[in-house]
Amino acid sequence: MSRQSTDVVVTGLGATTPLGGTVAATWEALLAGRSGVRRIDDADHEWVERHQLPVKIAAPLAVSPTEVLPRVKARRMDRCEQVALVAAQEAWEHAGRPEVEPDRLAVVIGTGIGGAVTLLDQDDLLESGGLRKVSPLTVPMLMPNGPAAWVGIEFGATGGVHAPVSACASGAEALAWALRLIRSGEVDVVIAGGAEACITGITVAGFVQARTLSQRNDEPERASRPFDVGRDGFVLGEGSGIMVLERAEFAAARGATVHGRLAGAGITSDAHHITGPEPEGTGQSRAILKAVSSAGLQPSDIGHVNCHATSTVVGDVGESRAVVKALGTHPILTAPKSALGHMVGAAGAVESIITLLSIKEGVIPATLNLDEMDPGVELDVVAGEPRKVDLEAAVCDSFGFGGHNAAVAFTRA
Amino acid sequence: MADNAEILSGLAEIVEEVAGIDTAEVTPEKSFVDDLDIDSLSMVEIAVQAEDKFGVKIPDDQLAELKTVGDAVSYISSHQ
Repeated sequence: MSRQSTDVVVTGLGATTPLGGTVAATWEALLAGRSGVRRIDDADHEWVERHQLPVKIAAPLAVSPTEVLPRVKARRMDRCEQVALVAAQEAWEHAGRPEVEPDRLAVVIGTGIGGAVTLLDQDDLLESGGLRKVSPLTVPMLMPNGPAAWVGIEFGATGGVHAPVSACASGAEALAWALRLIRSGEVDVVIAGGAEACITGITVAGFVQARTLSQRNDEPERASRPFDVGRDGFVLGEGSGIMVLERAEFAAARGATVHGRLAGAGITSDAHHITGPEPEGTGQSRAILKAVSSAGLQPSDIGHVNCHATSTVVGDVGESRAVVKALGTHPILTAPKSALGHMVGAAGAVESIITLLSIKEGVIPATLNLDEMDPGVELDVVAGEPRKVDLEAAVCDSFGFGGHNAAVAFTRA
Repeated sequence: MADNAEILSGLAEIVEEVAGIDTAEVTPEKSFVDDLDIDSLSMVEIAVQAEDKFGVKIPDDQLAELKTVGDAVSYISSHQ
């Protein structure tokens, strides 16, 4: 495999997810086959019963960000911003706090929804108490660039702060833009990933009405079942995944530990339907191929695909077609949303971390609940137990409402 | 009606809640911006909470004039 002239390496990982408050806790739970999905018809989610929602399950965070962040800092942020900062702090520490010129440091953190919960809360306050009850922090808390902006302030990044918004592809798209920024020579280090925290009445109701959520309320841990014939929709999750990415020469010069390479990325758009993927998977397969080619690799080099597979009837089969079209039938697949639920704008970033760890640790976590494979999917999907593998390169898929397709390719350190 | 000492301690509690500054630091001679490093967004929050706590109105043009903690205590004391 040839190397690009401007290699980009991964030096720091951070995450807070439904499975754990850190990367290590999340990875351990994934390998143990645990599920982050649970019932939410409790006091913290009184809206489930009040509106008699047919979906009573979700994948909430394992550790609340308010347990990690200082109180005064946290109260100025929407939960979506809080999770980004928690994951970014872990990633920055993991990278050994790189010493970098501020204008050579950028941030790219995407979100699908942003601070919707703040918008709703503050609208309630306006209606009940009038203008003076509305927080002056309303706009900075609800704006979708808020997670990126707070992280930029925290680490003094003056080389540009960006917030790609492409629904469920946002986190992966952020990594793609980070790769472009470093390759262009504009910056040396990028803090990149995705954040989401929108488990609330209106988002659940909206996804229900779009007929996208699983209603397997009686078996929460078995609700998210990508590629299984019994799948009936995704489970809404929340969280954040952040990587510290560096120009390889810069990381080498400071003696940083390299965990793998962000070797390539591809972004395409379907221009087909506002929610449904293009049925032949053409746009998705083009994104995968662009990622492979931008990595200087061949389809035959890709041993593993960490799938977007959300557990919807249409989406999972479509993605399997796109994988075959782009790469062939040889890659080994897995679908981490079976354990994590769907973290929307954070999904692609957290799953990229999982992809990288699969290469580094030589093991692919199992897809949970894959009892009977959809006959339309004739591929090797890891199920039951994690599988030990020797991988040189892997791709992480991420697709979003709007016809956004993003694929990211990782290789060994 | 709160006396000046009660207003000061009540105001200090609000400042601690909003900006995380120890109540002992909130003394009459301190400037909200220069000494306590409170930004304009937090000043609005502090003013709204002070209005509720002490039953006063603090219009924006008046708020801009309250440079120090002592200014705020005097304003609240004379407008209760």
